[in-house]
Amino acid sequence: MSADLAVRPEACSTLTGAVHSWDLSTGVDGPGTRFVLFTAGCPLACAYCHNPDTQSMRGGTRHTADEMLARVARYRRFIAASGGGFTISGGEPLLQPAFTTAMLAGGKELGLHTALDTSGALGDRAGDALLDATDLVLLDVKAIDPAIYEDLTRFDLSPTLRFADRLATRGQRVWVRFVLVPGWNDAPEHLERHAAYVASLGNVERVDVLGYHRLGREKYARLGLVDRLEGVDAASPEQVQAAREVFAAAGLYAP
Amino acid sequence: MTTVADRPALTLASATEGAHTDPWRGFARGAWCEQIAVRDFINANYTPYAGDAGFLAGPTPRTTAIWARLSEMFPSERERGVYDIDTHVPGSITSHGPGYIDQDLELVVGLQTDAPLKRAMMPNGGWKMVKDALAAYHYDVDPQVEETFTRYRKTHNAGVFDAYTPEIRAARRSHVITGLPDAYGRGRIIGDYRRVALYGVDRLVAGKVADLRALDSRRASEEVIRAREELSEQIRALGELKQMAASYGHDISAPARTAHEAIQWLYFGYLGAVKDQNGAAMSLGRTSTFVDVYLERDLAEGVLTEEQAQELVDDFVIKLRIVRFLRTPAYDELFSGDPTWVTESIGGIGDDGRPLVTRTSFRYLQTLYNLGPAPEPNLTVLWSPRLPEGFKRFCAQVSLDTSAIQYESDEQMRPRFGDDTAIACCVSPMAVGKAMQFFGARVNLAKTLLYAINGGRDEISGAQVGPAGPVLGGSGDDDVLDYDEVRARLDAMMDWLARTYVDALNVIHYMHDKYAYEKLEMALHDSDVHRTMACGIAGLSVAADSLSAIKHARVRPVKDERGLVVDFETTGDFPTYGNDDDRVDEIAVELVEAFMAKVRRNPTYRDAEHTQSVLTITSNVVYGKATGNTPDGRRAGEPFAPGANPMNGRDRHGIVASALSVAKLPFDSAQDGISLTTTVTPAGLGRTRDEQVTNLAGVLDGYMASAGFHMNVNVLDRATLLDAMEHPENYPQLTIRVSGYAVNFVRLTREQQRDVINRTFHEAM
Repeated sequence: MSADLAVRPEACSTLTGAVHSWDLSTGVDGPGTRFVLFTAGCPLACAYCHNPDTQSMRGGTRHTADEMLARVARYRRFIAASGGGFTISGGEPLLQPAFTTAMLAGGKELGLHTALDTSGALGDRAGDALLDATDLVLLDVKAIDPAIYEDLTRFDLSPTLRFADRLATRGQRVWVRFVLVPGWNDAPEHLERHAAYVASLGNVERVDVLGYHRLGREKYARLGLVDRLEGVDAASPEQVQAAREVFAAAGLYAP
Repeated sequence: MTTVADRPALTLASATEGAHTDPWRGFARGAWCEQIAVRDFINANYTPYAGDAGFLAGPTPRTTAIWARLSEMFPSERERGVYDIDTHVPGSITSHGPGYIDQDLELVVGLQTDAPLKRAMMPNGGWKMVKDALAAYHYDVDPQVEETFTRYRKTHNAGVFDAYTPEIRAARRSHVITGLPDAYGRGRIIGDYRRVALYGVDRLVAGKVADLRALDSRRASEEVIRAREELSEQIRALGELKQMAASYGHDISAPARTAHEAIQWLYFGYLGAVKDQNGAAMSLGRTSTFVDVYLERDLAEGVLTEEQAQELVDDFVIKLRIVRFLRTPAYDELFSGDPTWVTESIGGIGDDGRPLVTRTSFRYLQTLYNLGPAPEPNLTVLWSPRLPEGFKRFCAQVSLDTSAIQYESDEQMRPRFGDDTAIACCVSPMAVGKAMQFFGARVNLAKTLLYAINGGRDEISGAQVGPAGPVLGGSGDDDVLDYDEVRARLDAMMDWLARTYVDALNVIHYMHDKYAYEKLEMALHDSDVHRTMACGIAGLSVAADSLSAIKHARVRPVKDERGLVVDFETTGDFPTYGNDDDRVDEIAVELVEAFMAKVRRNPTYRDAEHTQSVLTITSNVVYGKATGNTPDGRRAGEPFAPGANPMNGRDRHGIVASALSVAKLPFDSAQDGISLTTTVTPAGLGRTRDEQVTNLAGVLDGYMASAGFHMNVNVLDRATLLDAMEHPENYPQLTIRVSGYAVNFVRLTREQQRDVINRTFHEAM
């Protein structure tokens, strides 16, 4: 895998990635209207994942980076006029670091604002070249308590914290995302710890608190997956607002 | 707060004081003083405004009181379909004495009849429409009126049916050509109502008399005779206009001297038109920046405050909101929600690069707050990425709050039609006072494709409507439709369709000129007006996706006992329009270009220039109802997508990719407009309101920069609409935009409400 980290631009034409889908969306995956590329495959198995079909790399279609960049380039004019950019999301883009680097570098070459949407769990795989080509990291820190994190994601929290620290050291621009799951990660003391940690990083410009919703739950049945959040209610707007206030109280911008 | 009683009187007292003042005082002079040239007047005198909405004033108690009085009348109107009808006196410019909502409170006066919401009969378009409408709303026909319009006075409708061929009738009956303005007024003609205010009626009459005299030396050819008769009619109409205004105590023979008079004169011009014509769309033009010149002058002279300026605009808009026409329930099925298309075009950029945005551009939009949201007037922003930020943001904010604005590309229109272009109806651009159109409704392209497959026979009735040919497809299991063959058959069918269609339109407009000539609206045009023959297509996305299925998948036709293809078995994937996929978008582009080229091959009445639109208004529901199963998998009777929209749910890459498919349709082959309706949830635009405003303005910038033409923007939650279906009484002013206009959601038929709700909602992923 580590060989993939050294990407030479001339290799882009043949470099392929497993792509789940692409979309042009506004105001959800970074500022403005953005081309969002969803890669396939994710090492996490979040209980609340609303796109469980993106968890497997095998579910994706292989495309070359050039092919996908040509697609992005079609929207350069639109994106430039609307003040948006390019976001690579997933799945987990860092599962395919070479492809992700090529896409982000290609996005920069197109003159676009670039964003990486990641859980940080595979942050060690993000080379400096990748981060240099990234204007904004959308870092999804799903819980601050290691046990809760593992319960939610079936993955270890420490690589995400390591990645967050590295981003802070680099002075990288970061927006933190946090999905509030009632009964799982919404205990006041947990939220306060979470907010304190995020605030301590010093480079987080914004925190987006997203309420857990049950849209897409029928996918679980269709894919034959166990719904670990069976019986958990969606977060209410009041719960989400209260969580935002906890982050705001820690001195963070949490609109 | 100012109360009604202690408000400084903003009445004609101020006008009387100024009786001896020069109406053009303070205006920069120019060629507009010698000739009728409103555009040049605006250009020389307007004050661009690049600031934000902070200066705007809320409603005065007077405004609120008048609007409340009308609002009390709306539920009864909604329930019964009409509030009242004058069944005895057909409408004309001078038919009715003065009418008021509340004479003491109104600043801008004038109603279509002698009471608010009372509708007039306008039988010159067609007696049948009047008669059917009276029956539908349980009113008795006045036998004398019936005798007049069936025995002594021929109507447009009667004339048309004298000259229709059996072929046209069959095409009309089967809904392959549909929505034709052959039973009522054609509309989509914008009088330059500003001329009344700037010049006064006497100067306009003098101009028309000079044009008439210029014809005296010409030989009396049919063309010259017609021109003389039309000019004489126009001159007469201007006289009637003066008379009508005089009945309200206003002498409009001379130019307006104040902003109050300018708005009143302008409104009288428009009112005369809507007293005289039941046009399908009776659009207002582009008045806000014109009015601004007068408001700015009065503000500078210290005779008006911002609150009073807004109050005048609010009162004017109240009048525009209560324009009513007598129409039948069948008409409502096509164009739902009782629309009048009082379209007002706001903003845009001048030829000299200065934005045409003024404070009054803001004031017009502000009416949506001061009076609450409403579908009329049909506020249309001529958008350019070069508009000032403050205005862009205010527009986006108003869209977020009211869903009542549509946007059309100033960048597409200005280079072609100039910087004094306004939209008639939904998406039809025309230079104000210099160009008019012959409205041509639209043909059903999806059905035409079925005719190509069925050898010209209608898939529902079985009747031979188009030219006879073989029914495609045999009976074997692997007998699939061949793209090249279908496309060639479609080409021939489109040739026939274009010919039959233009012939029908020629008949319609010949008869309309003869029996229901828009004498006042045309009096407010240059005498040598440019005419377009505005054709249109519906079902574009169904036709494109169907051809894509035939080309990229395997489509096996299924025949019934009549030997007609009535269904299709489609196997395999095929690209669908609305995903920025050239494989199918090119088919849509090619269809638009091909039909335009075919239309152009047919001579038009009065040598009108051929144009077409990709627009359905709400008729996408009715067209779908009249069209059988299609190869794209759409089931018989299912609605089409509105306008140039992709089919519901087939656009899978978000609103932008969907819009960019539409933006590929070449405007030069659809200069009468390409309509796109989008619905987005607030969350789909961003988390905070500030972000939502920024992002919506960004989407509009992006779309117009990508050669998009028109975007109807709805910012709505599905849950709100569902609740409004169940509890309409709680949503009297809920406004939504459908293809090219806006309606009160609660006035749509249930079927159309469902269609709107089922349409793709673009939400956050």
